[in-house]
Amino acid sequence: MSQSPALEVENLTKRIKGKQIIKGVSFTLFPGEVFGFLGPNGAGKTTTIRMIVGLISPTSGTIKIGGRNVRTDFTEAMRHLGCIVENPELYPFLTGWENLEHFAKMDPSIPKSRLQEVITLVGLSNRIHDRVSTYSLGMRQRLGIAQALLGRPKVLILDEPTNGLDPAGIREMREFIRQLAREENLSVLVSSHLLSEIQLMCDRVAIISKGSVIRTDSVQNLLAEQERVIWKAEPLPLAKQLLSEETEVTEGADGTLITLYNEPLLPDWNEKLVKGGVKVKEMRTQLPSLEDLFLEVTGGESID
Amino acid sequence: MINLVRNEMLKLLRKKRLYVIVLIIAFLVPLFTYAQFKEIQDQREKLGNQDWRTVLQQEITDTQNRLSSSRIQDEWRKYLKIRLSQQQYYLENDIDPRAPGAPTFMRIFVENSIDLLLPLLVMVIVADLVSSEASGGTIKLLLTRPVKRWRILLSKYLAMLLSVSFIVLSVAVLSYGISGVVFGYGGWNMPLLTGFSVSGDELITDNVHIVPQWQYILMEFGLVWYVCVIVGTLTFMLSVLLRSTAAVMGIMLASLIAGAILANMVSSWESAKYFFMVNLNLTNYVSGMATPIEGMSLGFSMSVLAVWGIAGFIIAFVTFSKRDIY
Ligand SMILES: Nc1ncnc2c1ncn2[C@@H]1O[C@H](COP(=O)(O)OP(=O)(O)O)[C@@H](O)[C@H]1O
Ligand SMILES: [Mg+2]
Repeated sequence: MSQSPALEVENLTKRIKGKQIIKGVSFTLFPGEVFGFLGPNGAGKTTTIRMIVGLISPTSGTIKIGGRNVRTDFTEAMRHLGCIVENPELYPFLTGWENLEHFAKMDPSIPKSRLQEVITLVGLSNRIHDRVSTYSLGMRQRLGIAQALLGRPKVLILDEPTNGLDPAGIREMREFIRQLAREENLSVLVSSHLLSEIQLMCDRVAIISKGSVIRTDSVQNLLAEQERVIWKAEPLPLAKQLLSEETEVTEGADGTLITLYNEPLLPDWNEKLVKGGVKVKEMRTQLPSLEDLFLEVTGGESID
Repeated sequence: MINLVRNEMLKLLRKKRLYVIVLIIAFLVPLFTYAQFKEIQDQREKLGNQDWRTVLQQEITDTQNRLSSSRIQDEWRKYLKIRLSQQQYYLENDIDPRAPGAPTFMRIFVENSIDLLLPLLVMVIVADLVSSEASGGTIKLLLTRPVKRWRILLSKYLAMLLSVSFIVLSVAVLSYGISGVVFGYGGWNMPLLTGFSVSGDELITDNVHIVPQWQYILMEFGLVWYVCVIVGTLTFMLSVLLRSTAAVMGIMLASLIAGAILANMVSSWESAKYFFMVNLNLTNYVSGMATPIEGMSLGFSMSVLAVWGIAGFIIAFVTFSKRDIY
């Protein structure tokens, strides 16, 4: 990660009508990485993204896209950016092609051939000459990404891109985003309120709550720390007693025991149970829910 | 910039608003042509096969009779007096003010639509130019391009100017083309009087001179275009300020109708003359009609409109460049 950052956000704050909505957010995106922006509804993800793309002006703080300051060097900064903020809202009375042509014309550096490229990339060739009003949400989402990719950006920003998509659509989107980062060396900022989504497509993640980033880390680190082991064993009280001599144990809802995941010690714990006469029927690891993560990183504060 | 304006024109055309406007005009013109035709026929029937001079003389006598009635209001009397002196001037100089022909129809049509019909049509086109991008969410894609905000707004403003010009041109072409079927296409060179001005109760005829009708019509269409651009600019400003196209239309509609009502009843409320909507009837100055409020002149009305237009333009651009888009 010695490359120069694609997107730098530093000490961003925003006050709306006397209310501090964003309270000093900082993070950095490097080329080729998918960065997750994770937080519950109302945490300030969209507000932060609107500032990055220049739709609203920050109360303080700086944003640099490809090294260019969004405030002082708007057009150059925007040349390196593609985005969808909230829903992919395109002109419903124009065809997909006309929509793309419309946005391509706004940047003279985009050659006409680029249209066909992005259409092929998002797989919309069949329906591109139909009106957008006849498109499904998934197709609009893809057309939205196509318009974002027109100017060969360095940074792609997608605000809750899987919102409203069906499971197949979500998986498709996820793979597509990874592919873009890998093959085009694009930095992608993806916001979401679902941990499951972020963990499957992102390299690093920033957790935002009530307008502040409370943790930025690689997905692996974050999850490993919080990963649990679910035990099914008989008799339960004995198993609990033996395990609690080694680590902290909580009882699950369906007659299971839950401990932290500690890879080097796990075989020892198991051995101890077996030797103590406990039948271990099942051991499986479980990723924490967003709620668990939040409880952990905020030190017991609930997410709403 | 040309590409940006092209984009805006494409969106305008695809929304089919311009076609609707053309259809409305194409529907109204035959209606008024028929009304005008009926009126002329009616007069002919009433007066037998009399010469127009006799008719004009008749009208003058008519006006004089009405003036001598004691029960008429001062305002009305003032108007009648002005009308009378104008009619007399026409008669003395052997000019038929109502000679039928497509150009005459065009002139009358445009004089009657300058203060309400045309501003309404302009409003229908311009009202959603910016607000629809905001309410449809497409403004987020439009403003995250490597183009400065003021350039995007300017492209929309230029598209507005083009549409307004198109509307005025459509009115000219359609009113000439359609009414000509009934009235014939001649009459471009008919002499008309202009240069009247009103001071107090007097129609001042010092500067009155004769111009051929084509020149007169050109002058009036210039004024119509000017009024439409100002109304367009104000609607444009509202469209920037408000997210809801319905609200933009509501406010413009209310002001325009208020203007039409005020123009008929504000003669004693002098400061009302600074409202833009009271000053829309610029063609009245050309034909020498009474002004709604004393002290109004062509120059005055044009300046008032210019001030409103420039203010609207500045407000629109300053707000649009700075505003947070949610
Ligand atoms: N225009 C606005 N005026 C006042 N408050 C707002 C505005 N936009 C957003 N907020 C508030 O800012 C907070 C963050 O909103 P948002 O950025 O949309 O959250 P997220 O995208 O993470 O769900 C919310 O509490 C919301 O109520
Ligand atoms: Mg959001």
